[in-house]
Amino acid sequence: MISKEKISHIAKLARLELSEAEYEKMQKDLSGILDYFKLLKQQKTQVKTGKKNVDTKNRIRKDEVIMKNAQLADNILALAPERKERYIKVKSIL
Amino acid sequence: MNISDLTITKAHEGLKNREFSSKELTLTYLENIKNKDNRINAYLAITEELALDQAERADQAINNAEKEKKDFPLLMGIPCSIKDSIVVKDYPSTSASKILENYISPYDATVIKKLKEQGSVMLGKTNLDEFAMGVSTENSAFKTTKNPHDLTRVPGGSSGGSAASVAAEEAMYSLGSDTGGSIRLPASFSGVVGLNPTYGAVSRYGLIALASSLDQIGPITKTVEDCKIVFEAIAGQDDFDSTCQVFQFEEKDIDIKGLTIGIAKEYFAKGIDSDVEKIIKNAIDIAEKHGAKIQEISLPTTKYAIAVYYIIVPSEASANLARYDGIKYGLSTKDAKDLLDVYVRSRGKGFGEEPKRRILIGTYALSSGYYDQYYHKANQVRELIKDDFRKAFEKVDLIFSPVSPIPSFKVGEKANDPLSMYLMDVYTCPLKLAGLPAISIPAGKIGPLPVGLQIIGNYFQENKILSIAYKMEKMLQ
Repeated sequence: MISKEKISHIAKLARLELSEAEYEKMQKDLSGILDYFKLLKQQKTQVKTGKKNVDTKNRIRKDEVIMKNAQLADNILALAPERKERYIKVKSIL
Repeated sequence: MNISDLTITKAHEGLKNREFSSKELTLTYLENIKNKDNRINAYLAITEELALDQAERADQAINNAEKEKKDFPLLMGIPCSIKDSIVVKDYPSTSASKILENYISPYDATVIKKLKEQGSVMLGKTNLDEFAMGVSTENSAFKTTKNPHDLTRVPGGSSGGSAASVAAEEAMYSLGSDTGGSIRLPASFSGVVGLNPTYGAVSRYGLIALASSLDQIGPITKTVEDCKIVFEAIAGQDDFDSTCQVFQFEEKDIDIKGLTIGIAKEYFAKGIDSDVEKIIKNAIDIAEKHGAKIQEISLPTTKYAIAVYYIIVPSEASANLARYDGIKYGLSTKDAKDLLDVYVRSRGKGFGEEPKRRILIGTYALSSGYYDQYYHKANQVRELIKDDFRKAFEKVDLIFSPVSPIPSFKVGEKANDPLSMYLMDVYTCPLKLAGLPAISIPAGKIGPLPVGLQIIGNYFQENKILSIAYKMEKMLQ
């Protein structure tokens, strides 16, 4: 079974708070799921990844200014939980 | 005449011949929602004001078209529902997550823009598994959608609200999204038609991302003909999605006679319900009777597909869901002491159990010391899965298969066993790893429970899939 310390380490990397009950559940669930992934060890692989079956190359648009309604910026800003004037406000970092 | 059981094609005729207006059609559907949805729970939000406004505009446009003796678009005035992971400007889009509970989209998804240009009427936003992570709609943070054919059972997921809304006549069609089976599985469980287009056929701009190398938007409809109409309306290139290809859908009739249909022997091995197997075998027999050549094929990497899929999807999801940080939009905890605390606690509070589980699996699979063993290995095996399909399509035109090994299960039956939920994707996720298109059409029933037939095609061969699905639909009736 995957250790609580391991879950705690991953949760920290993922910036995710877990309750005590969630720690227990995730330990159990992740252990089962990771065990299932061991199946892949049976398959020998040497292939390079990223081969294309079909033409899936990215289509990039021209790097140029697209005019949008000025209201859009206000609407986007209005979604931020904390604001000061036209800035998004965050808590102290240090 | 009961106008809520009409197909898009029939409703278009009705609008054209002035048998009813779009407003009448829209009010009928809104009435259906009011009468039925407290039992079915297909909708997270009903956008009545938007729908009635769009219906009035559609009626005006239809009037004008008549005066000028012109045709009007097939979707003009037709009421639809939209999966809540697809954003509609000025309306909530939650992806069934508490972290987006109060999010109002400042823009339209490209598919929404296209439907609006056609004059579609949007009735509301439908329920899903949180961030499209699930096969039953039970993972929604807000409600569990019920299967209209049996209210004690799930409608399938993750686009369960979309499929249930169409099956229960609470919408004439719906848009869903498919990452590992999220259009086809609910279509199968709910007895409707659902198309997962080729990766790159439909723009994902404005689809709240789950796993970007797999996500596709597609139609959920009553009939194959309707499915074709909606697909044609939403397909095609878009400057806002770089994976979206230049692709023009062309309708051409394809004869089932002389067509080679592949049957993967791995799809009928252990684990499939015997009644599901009978229904799919019957559909294959019907195709053969009508002149199709049936050929057994092998997709030997089938047994690895779920493991590959459930490494790649959580890995991509853990990166995609990093944007929910409590700073830019969405739920934000008020009593955090510093910036890191805002991230950790907003995410802890806002995400449900399945997103948390997948973020942890994905972060683990991508973390130092485990990357090669999980993420890299999964991508290597993904290439072998693509090769299996490439070889198969050298021999066959289409592949027929089940959509899932069992019909709809009881609400709560698998709720505490995530792995048993994951195994439901066994027939729907392999082709997604290859980026292929596939449809689910109703093929029969076990008691009251519908069972879908999956038809898989080669890249951008939606026409072949739809053409044969249309014929199979008639022959299976």
